[in-house]
Amino acid sequence: MINTLFPNVDWPKMWEAALETLYMTAVSTILTAIFGLALGLLLFLTSPQQAWANKLANWLTGAFVNIFRSIPFIILIILLIPFTKLLLDTIRGPNAAFPALVIGAAPFYARMVLIGLREIDKGVLEAARSMGAKTSTIIWKVLLPESMPALVSGITVTCISLVGYTAMAGIIGAGGLGTLAFLDGFQRNQTDVTLMSTILILILVFIIQWIGDMITMKIDKR
Amino acid sequence: MISLKDVSKKFNTKQGTIIAVDDVNLDIKQGEIFGIIGYSGAGKSTLIRLLNGLEKPTGGKIIVNGKEITSINEDKLRQVRHKVSMIFQHFNLLWSRTVAENIAFPLEIAGVPKDQRLARVNELIELVGLEGRGNYYPSQLSGGQKQRVGIARALANRPEVLLCDEATSALDPETTDAILDLLVSINEKLGLTIVLITHEMQVIQKICNRVAVMEGGRVVEEGDVLEVFQNPQQPITKRFVTQVSDTTQTMQTIQNLVDLYPNGKLIKLTFVGEQTEQPILSRLIKQFKLEVNIVQGNISHTKSGAFGTLILQLDGDASAIDEAIQFIHEQKVSTEVINND
Ligand SMILES: Nc1ncnc2c1ncn2[C@@H]1O[C@H](COP(=O)(O)OP(=O)(O)O)[C@@H](O)[C@H]1O
Ligand SMILES: [Mg+2]
Repeated sequence: MINTLFPNVDWPKMWEAALETLYMTAVSTILTAIFGLALGLLLFLTSPQQAWANKLANWLTGAFVNIFRSIPFIILIILLIPFTKLLLDTIRGPNAAFPALVIGAAPFYARMVLIGLREIDKGVLEAARSMGAKTSTIIWKVLLPESMPALVSGITVTCISLVGYTAMAGIIGAGGLGTLAFLDGFQRNQTDVTLMSTILILILVFIIQWIGDMITMKIDKR
Repeated sequence: MISLKDVSKKFNTKQGTIIAVDDVNLDIKQGEIFGIIGYSGAGKSTLIRLLNGLEKPTGGKIIVNGKEITSINEDKLRQVRHKVSMIFQHFNLLWSRTVAENIAFPLEIAGVPKDQRLARVNELIELVGLEGRGNYYPSQLSGGQKQRVGIARALANRPEVLLCDEATSALDPETTDAILDLLVSINEKLGLTIVLITHEMQVIQKICNRVAVMEGGRVVEEGDVLEVFQNPQQPITKRFVTQVSDTTQTMQTIQNLVDLYPNGKLIKLTFVGEQTEQPILSRLIKQFKLEVNIVQGNISHTKSGAFGTLILQLDGDASAIDEAIQFIHEQKVSTEVINND
């Protein structure tokens, strides 16, 4: 039955591509979370009245975030080819996609981190300061825990974007379902391969959204 | 304990310079409950935030617990803050932490080891009357309970000074009373100095020893609560005092009272805080062969006794009435006969 619907699908190959997509999404999400959080915290803490208030640092971080957030991802990949080559010595394979994925997604996530941090009640920060908390304590014990639901729902959205980005990166040979859909599906005119790749990507996206919503709900005690 | 010398705080804003605190001088003694009252925008919050270094003064000197906090570095200032803690109008609890974890937070900041933290948290939960609520999240508590958590959290590191910024302004009257009682008991039990700011005279009247009245960044009047109550100098102080006891209204109706109670004598007792009215009334009734009627009363119970006026009708034998008045005199309550037969 399934083989008559998808006559051209090479199942082991499809499975391998799905795992590659999963791998690229997972690793790039972790890296994006780390860099995005760092950038978002920097944006927040250098803004006026905050612990590291600094106009220049705030402007520079803001400019970096806004520029890389605005460049279309497909162009960013091409722009970053020399950088990737320098960093990894190759521009093919799942690992070669990481610089572009992270540089494309981290600024996007940083904005969401900033929004989450701004939602924290200023009084709570003041209370922490009045107890003699250091900035590092405020970051780890107030800013991050108090904005956690926003941080998690933000990384869920970012992770879903990253699934899309990996597919785009697939077109220039990163591997995964994107490469499969493009090379085997589109270029060899096998619509069923493209369709199956799409179905798998949709399933992945739904699972990510479901996990993200679950966690957000569970941790939100407001 | 706390002394402010010529303290000013200016804010530079786009609209120009705002003088939030203007040349304030205050001395707050060890162990007292000191109230600062003023309308919104008077500079109360700014003033109290100067006391733990959350704001830096633009002029003057602030000495807290023997340390000049205006000149010490950030590190030392953080140490000072363990001993000068604060509670807030909107409680400012961490919603992501349970009651017990919120109370443990200042202990974590001070580097107290975990087992000692647990013991101390349990002690504090009991002190503020939140037994059994340790694992609740703030969102599951009422306003009064949240403020109890705020108080427990503020007491965690055994501070010497407690700063209260409108700590009861978000609470209903009954809860306000319960929280004020808790503050008084803490003040008595722990010998803690409390600085409290509010816009409600009831709060000052109920628990403060001394009060400063703020207007436009300045302290316009200062003194013992009773004195300020009895003898307010500034128009703004008079307005605050009438919040609690409206004596002008009493005066207007005296003529009506005389018409209403034509028999015996109407006498007005003025309580100035050294006595409360109940024992005097009951002895008056027991010891003298008189009819005693309360015609009108306006008594506020302050920390050091009753304050206000009470108008009584004494009816009976003329000599018994005179003896009764003599008795009241001896109780250090000033009396005034309003009418003769
Ligand atoms: N950080 C600030 N920047 C600018 N102006 C401020 C700041 N904090 C307080 N003010 C101003 O100082 C004045 C006193 O404020 P505040 O101390 O909050 O008064 P209160 O607590 O008595 O209502 C107000 O005019 C307020 O707008
Ligand atoms: Mg205020």
